[in-house]
This record gives sequence, structure tokens and C-alpha cells, in this order.
Amino acid sequence: MSDSDVTREGLRGERTQREALTGAKAGRRRHRRGRGGRGGRGGRGEQPMVPEAEFSSYYGKPVLNKPTWKPLDIAGYLYLGGLAGASSLLAAGAGVTGRPALARPAKLGAAGAISLSLVALVHDLGRPARFLNMLRVFKPTSPMNVGSWVLSGYAPLALGAAAVDLTGRARRVGSLATAGAAVLGPAVATYTAVLLADTAVPSWHEGYRELPYVFAGSGATAAAGLALAATPAAQAGPARRMAALGAALELGTFQAMKHRMGLSAETFEQGKAHRLLRAAETLTAGGAALAVLSGRLRDRRLALAAGAALLSGSAALRFGVFHAGVASAKDPKYTVVPQRERLTAREG
Amino acid sequence: MSGDQVRADRAGLWFGPQPDVAGASGYPDAPPRMGFFTDTSVCIGCKACEVACKEWNAVPEDGLELTGMSYDNTQGLGADTWRHVAFIEQRKPFGGQQPGVSHDDVDVFAAASALGTDAASPGPGATTPPAGAAPAGAPAGEISPVSPDGRTELRWLMASDVCKHCTHAACLDVCPTGALFRTEFGTVVVQEDVCNGCGYCVPACPYGVIDQRKDDGRVWKCTLCYDRLGVGMEPACAKSCPTESIQFGPLEELRERAAGRVAQLHASGVTDARLYGESPDDGVGGDGAFFLLLDEPEVYGLPPDPVVTTRDLPDMWRHAAMAAVSLGALAVASFARRPR
Repeated sequence: MSDSDVTREGLRGERTQREALTGAKAGRRRHRRGRGGRGGRGGRGEQPMVPEAEFSSYYGKPVLNKPTWKPLDIAGYLYLGGLAGASSLLAAGAGVTGRPALARPAKLGAAGAISLSLVALVHDLGRPARFLNMLRVFKPTSPMNVGSWVLSGYAPLALGAAAVDLTGRARRVGSLATAGAAVLGPAVATYTAVLLADTAVPSWHEGYRELPYVFAGSGATAAAGLALAATPAAQAGPARRMAALGAALELGTFQAMKHRMGLSAETFEQGKAHRLLRAAETLTAGGAALAVLSGRLRDRRLALAAGAALLSGSAALRFGVFHAGVASAKDPKYTVVPQRERLTAREG
Repeated sequence: MSGDQVRADRAGLWFGPQPDVAGASGYPDAPPRMGFFTDTSVCIGCKACEVACKEWNAVPEDGLELTGMSYDNTQGLGADTWRHVAFIEQRKPFGGQQPGVSHDDVDVFAAASALGTDAASPGPGATTPPAGAAPAGAPAGEISPVSPDGRTELRWLMASDVCKHCTHAACLDVCPTGALFRTEFGTVVVQEDVCNGCGYCVPACPYGVIDQRKDDGRVWKCTLCYDRLGVGMEPACAKSCPTESIQFGPLEELRERAAGRVAQLHASGVTDARLYGESPDDGVGGDGAFFLLLDEPEVYGLPPDPVVTTRDLPDMWRHAAMAAVSLGALAVASFARRPR
């Protein structure tokens, strides 16, 4: 059997320590990695947020079982939900303000994204019938259950709105569906933050106060990006403003979240999650700037570039947050150190 | 009933003390809450509990791998390991917790060197060599496995870990299908025919117990042998434990017994002995399976202060609702005509 974790260099993915350590002082010194990839900004001189962690563990084995979700399915699901929810808002606004060229891509975007997100969810579950199991009960303590109900309400509305727009029939039903989708859309975009936060995974749970806003902003930038890429400049004004506002909300609340989280914010600054989140920051900020510029210059190519940047920036954020959580579940430090500190503080 | 009282009652469903677990789940005439008390101070690491659990519950094998980290070849709890015996090797003297089987007066090296030359056993006449002198048979000047005071330098901690059957079980709370349920004995069980393999309970468990089985996608964990309990039998692991390290019974009774055992150990000088998961005031409302440990919980791979994630759930929904409203406001602002 070659699926052993033991290699010549020792245990794969394990700390090199071989002993279970005892006592409060035992533990590994954390090495601060170099902060590469600052791209000539000369570094922002960010201070380490937490002191060096010292802790004991059982041979470096994780305390938590890591999420079994497949990144492409679930991070993709989070992303598509945000894209769909915020697109429905754009579609409704465009309908009210008489911008048919903005309404159509927004409605089609919402319908396409929500269909794909359902495909991703079912793929993660294994077979379609398993989705129906979610609707056996109604459980407010389970964000996944609540989300399933919200999706079951939202998806037909979003699909109906898109179908009416394409066929041009039953317009009254179409505007009702558009309005309904716009009411449920924000819930679709933000409940996924609760989905992640309602777990013991440190880097997801600790951010529960800000994460919904981060996801709301990220959903707004994605929807704005899609609309920008597909709408003539004359009608894309609201998308441009949504891009700017969404980027500000996403980036601002994400910084605030990292600032408040303490030790578990560390995984946002390491490895794959770090690369993804840096890319998300650059793409979202750059995309929003391009979006505003495209409005001034009335340049289609600029709008297309802005749309692509915003769409990929939003995706990078979801994948980054996902991977940061998985990394925090795999390392016992993020579970043990904050709990030990809490316990010590309580015992005085 | 005052407003505060209502709030406290409602909170009792999700976190905080909950004296009547089965009753709160809708069993009006429930039997007493059953649980495990695992006294790790007498665990000998035989893994009989792991084997008995696998045999009774027909849990598939999950690979016999030498991990290179210790004698522990199962590593942790998972879909196919419902009892896990941890082996912790420590450079720490024994304290005084050996049971009364001291053989300090027997010189095993003298006995070994005498093998084959003398038919008689060393008997009670064999003595420890004077301090500083190498025991017979051991090369002088090299490390002796026995420290001068006659005690081995290494101590082993062995502990059989299991699902905690929390008073407030995060796995049960987040399960979207109702596949996880509370039994009349106050334990937490997965219904395998309802579980749809979403895996949400896996990251929700603050102890890292429940896990997804790779080939069928569903989740599995200790059932506290629900099928045996129903007919008045004790769980397979407790039945097979040769040292009574795993004790099964009504939780109240186990708590009394555990308190007595801790007092006994403290009196005999084992001041490290402490109970883990026993207090109904902790972050999960107390565990249905609790432990007597001889070191900090994290040394055994247990979280020092776990909190059920649903404690913050009302707050999470509030923040999500506010974020949804913000998103709506953001959209309205995007469509608001701006003065040029």
C-alpha cells in the first residue's frame, strides 16, 4: 500500500516533532514567513497581529476533522450564489429604471449562476435525490437547511424572470418573478457566510460578524462585473457604481475582519489562501477602478477588462476564504491556542 | 413566565446547561441519560475497545499504517474509527500513579545474565546495585534504561477517545436533513439511511469526531451502541475493556464515581489528574462521554475549551440579515441618480 503518509523525510504534512509535548511551555516556535509578492509597494509594514504561539498537541495531529467539501464544488457554490443574488438586484433595478440592456444580462446571469450552483451542490452530495433530503425538515439551526429552502424559493423565480425576458411572454409574471428574486437575492448572497461560520473551523467561525458583509460585497462586485461585460456603456451606469460600492464594502470589511480575528486570521496570510486573497484584492480593486474609468472614457474594451477582473476577483475571494478555513482546521494551533488563552484568562 | 426566562429556556436548546437532554428533545418519559466515563489512568493501551467496536458495529477496516510517530496506528477518530486509543510518550517521571506492582527490588539485568547458567530464579535475594555502579549485564558508561532512583524516565499516557455525545451537539444542530438525532438515552446517533452526505457536521464538531466515509460519502461515528442499549446491554467497548478504564452507566452515577476517583488520585499524589468534559457549565453543556486525564487536554489531542458553534448562531443570522439589507441598500444606491 502506497497511501501511507510516511516518506523518507518523515510524515507528510506533519510537523517534524515526534513527541507529544507536555506542559504549558512546550511547543513549536512559529517562523514568520517572508512577505513576498508585495509587487514593488515596498511592503506595508504590517505588524504581526499575535504573539508567537506556544502550545501542546498530540503529535501535531489536528484537533478538528477538516471539511470534506471539494473546493471547486463548495467554494464555487458560494461564488455563484453571490453572483446570482446580486444580479437579481441589478435586474430588478434595471427593470424599474428602464434599462432593458442591463436587465437582460443580469437576469440571464442570475439564472445561469443559480443553476450552476445547484449543479455544484448536487455534485458535492453525490446524487440529485440527496438534495431532496434537505427539504425533509425545516431547521433554523442548520444554515445549509435554511439555504436549501431559500434556494428552492429563489431558483424558480430567477429562472422564471430569465425565461420571460427571453420569450417576451407573460410580462406581468416576469416582473413579479424579477421582484421576488430581488427580495430573496440578498439572502442567497449572504447566507453562505453563515454556512461557513456555523462550524468549529477557526478561520471561518471567528469571522462570523464581518463575513456576511464581505460576501455581500463580493457578490455585488461579481454581479457588477458580469453586467459590465455584457451591457452597453450607456445603460451600465448602475453596474459601475455597484462595482465601486461592492469593492469598497468587500475590501473594507475583510480588513476589519482580519484585524479583529486574532490568531486565526493568520491562515488568510499563508500559502494558497494568501495567493488567492492577494489576487482577489488586486483584481477587485483594479476592476472597480477600471469600471469607473470605463464610464468616463466610454470604452467597451475597458468595460470588458473590468468585468473579467471583477468576476475573477470575487471567485478568488471565495476560494481564498475556503482554503484559509481548511488550513486552520488542519493545524491544531488555531484550535488549541485561542482556547487555552480563553481558559487561562477565565481561571485568572 | 418572564421574558428573561423564555430567553434562557430557548438558549438552553442551543447552549448552556441542560439538565434534561432527552426531555428537551421530546421524550417525556426518558430513561436516565447514559454515558461513558473513561478513566485514562488505568488504560493499558490494549485497544480491545477499538477492536470490539469494529466487530460489533461492522465498521470497515481503515488501513493498518505505521505512522512513524508512536505506537498509535489509528491516529484519530474518523468515519471508520469510533474508538481511538492515543499513546502519548512523555519524558516525565511517573509521579506515584503506578498500581501496586512495584518490582524495584528485582534486578532484571542480573536475572537476564543469569539465564542459562543457573536454573534458580534470582528470587527475592536479588538487589539493586549501589548507585553509580552499572547493573550487571549493562555496559558501563552507557545509558541505562533505569534512572538512579529506579524509575523509568519515560511515562506513557494511554487514553481511549470516543464521540463525546455533547449536551449541545453541533453535528446534530447543523445537520440539514435531520439524519442526526437525540436518542431517549440522551446520546447522538446518525441515521445512515437519511444522511445525504453533505458533510456539514464534519467541520461543525469541535472535537473532530464525526467524519465522512470516502466510498459512500455518508458520515459515521460512535452510536454509543444504541442497538445494545435498547436491549439493556452495555456498549461493546466498555464490555471489552479489561481494566474498566471505560465505564458505562447513568451519567449522574458516573460523575459521582469520577469525582471519587479524582479525589483518590489526588490523595495518592497524582495531582495532574483532572476531569475533562464533565462539567455541565462548559461550552457544550457537558459531555455524555467524559474523561479523567493526567495532563492537559491538548496533549491528548482534545480541545482545551470547546464551544458549540450554535452559541453564536442567533448573532450570525442577525449579521447575515443586516448584510443582506446592506446589499439591498447598496443596489438602491447604485441606481440612485447622481447629480452630474
